[in-house]
Amino acid sequence: MREVAIVAFGQSDHRRDTAETSEVEMLMPVLHQALDAVGLRAGEIDFTCSGSCDYLAGRAFSFTMALDGVGAWPPISESHVEMDGAWALYEAWTRLLTGEAETALVYSYGKSSPGDLREVLTRQLDPYYVAPLWPDSVSLAALQAQALLDAEVTRDRGGPGDIVADERALAGVAARSRTAAEGNPHAQLAGSPPPETLLDEPYLVRPLRRHDCPPVGDGAAAVVLAAGDTARRLCRRPAWIRGMDHRTEAHSLGVRDLTRSPSSRLAAERAGAFEAPVDLAELHAPFTSQELILRRELRLGADVRVNPSGGALAANPMMAAGLIRLGEAAAAIHRGAADRALAHATSGPCLQQNLVAVLEGEAS
Amino acid sequence: MTPAPSPEVLQAPLVVEFPFTRSLGPVQSAFLTGLREHTVLGVRTTDGRVLVPPVEYDPVTADELADLVEVAPTGTVTTWAWNPSPRRGQPLGTPFAWVLVRLDGADTALLHALDAPGPDAVRTGMRVRIRWAAEREGAITDIACFEPYDGAEGGEAVPHRGAFTDPVSGIVAPARLDYTYAPGRAQSRYLRALADHTTYGERCPSCRKVYVPPRGACPTCGVATEEQVEVGPRGTVTTFCIVNIKARNLDIEVPYVYAHIALDGADLALHARIGGIPYDEVRMGLRVEPVWSEDGRYPDHYRPTGEPDADYDTYKEML
Repeated sequence: MREVAIVAFGQSDHRRDTAETSEVEMLMPVLHQALDAVGLRAGEIDFTCSGSCDYLAGRAFSFTMALDGVGAWPPISESHVEMDGAWALYEAWTRLLTGEAETALVYSYGKSSPGDLREVLTRQLDPYYVAPLWPDSVSLAALQAQALLDAEVTRDRGGPGDIVADERALAGVAARSRTAAEGNPHAQLAGSPPPETLLDEPYLVRPLRRHDCPPVGDGAAAVVLAAGDTARRLCRRPAWIRGMDHRTEAHSLGVRDLTRSPSSRLAAERAGAFEAPVDLAELHAPFTSQELILRRELRLGADVRVNPSGGALAANPMMAAGLIRLGEAAAAIHRGAADRALAHATSGPCLQQNLVAVLEGEAS
Repeated sequence: MTPAPSPEVLQAPLVVEFPFTRSLGPVQSAFLTGLREHTVLGVRTTDGRVLVPPVEYDPVTADELADLVEVAPTGTVTTWAWNPSPRRGQPLGTPFAWVLVRLDGADTALLHALDAPGPDAVRTGMRVRIRWAAEREGAITDIACFEPYDGAEGGEAVPHRGAFTDPVSGIVAPARLDYTYAPGRAQSRYLRALADHTTYGERCPSCRKVYVPPRGACPTCGVATEEQVEVGPRGTVTTFCIVNIKARNLDIEVPYVYAHIALDGADLALHARIGGIPYDEVRMGLRVEPVWSEDGRYPDHYRPTGEPDADYDTYKEML
């Protein structure tokens, strides 16, 4: 199979409100950050794919405005997914695998500040039985968290061990993530009191406290993909995509076991994640409880560095946070801080859809 | 070059509202009609599980499902979340618990609200029953909410024909989202200048083209445009169409002309209505100028200037 790598990554500073810039104005510096890293201009890219969502912007076909940022005239080969950019990256990866393109630019962006995100996200739910009740995104995550707490201990016999899921463990995920984000200049939230102090905070939607939830914010990300020798020419240490897969689960929350994520497990298996140990994982877990579920499904033991970027708890720009996980994992390989990394992205309520990629750097 | 001012960012409320009309298949129709009649229906899968709420295709096997059964209006909470501040559209206006409830006789759970005095009154495993809405129409909101119930567990699911008089065949799901629209730097500058009857374009530093209205980027070069250039006010009709359909809420007599207008100094045509001339006399090359709207914030339409028509070569690149 043709080798494809992530050769560049750029992201914005993620902020609660970016009213001073339009989407394309927010996106353009990020595109150039990624392109400049490999010395390419937009017009030299063979395939462009983006991820975004009209419901965030409140406008139909909002992604077409962002196309001004990549120089879409004269016509380019371009595609768009109404999803997180991680899925746009998947499409670009398959395009490169076919041999129809040597390079691809993948970008995604989301501005949550114009609307009320918790309400906006209700519009992705089943329109017959669920959306008319307007259950907001934090409440749905809280249902999942309570299910996990009720299960008390999530067991995976033969895996890297049991993970105790209690409120202390959730606070531990928050504190670790936001402390790690102190080293990430793009993070929206960085720094945290210790878990014990976090537990004194009131509930937002019980059993979730504010620290269990991601910040709401605006941001953008871009990566450049390249195949084979082109990747080697553009990047000193390309992050080779060894496998990538995405899976989805039943739409109805009441059909699923919310303490599990079989789609993450299956995607990881198909991506080859279990064929050799990984030393770093970037998980798209917007809620603390989701990290505990993913750690078990992805068989990540205590020796794996999880979200050294701070993860989605430090910055969760809708439609970009998943692509950022792939970008952060690749960037760690580019700079020699990881050799084999797992990157995960999610979409939909309670980990409904999941994508897993395995990235590797060659021995230098 | 005019140095770009750092304008205060414009913002305005933007409401997106739509009554989605959705048709129901046989299974969803039976379920929602059943709610109207105080009857909760599920569907039995080919391997014997009972799904409530029912779906037309098995999420595991993808088998088509139509074997309807009736389950009890009582059930057990499988997980919950305490919502201290209810939001617009949610089932209850006072603090409540979101719950997944497995109704007696069902194997899967239904999402709804539970009316309880506080979080300490809620636990996984607690027994609940449906509180019906006073007025029911065949929608999930016919269940007003759940309420605590200390009775025994109901029985097994029993077969049901799913036949009702006057079944509902569709629902109207009103959706409303409120936004604060902010057009960004380039368009804020453009709109502010427009209020002073001045039209600004932005020049691409690479290809030197002047775009109007500016959006902060050159779509050809993919680079930021910063240099502001005053264009117009006069321009040339590059192409046009004659509109024969009356738009709702628009007080313009048909037929009228909508045109692309290349403002003097711009390299991209913008579009606007042409007035002050019979519709069948509008032509390519016609020289026009803006007529400002009553509140003066934007041109209402463009009218002929009386100048001789522009030469085709002056605007052929902008067609």
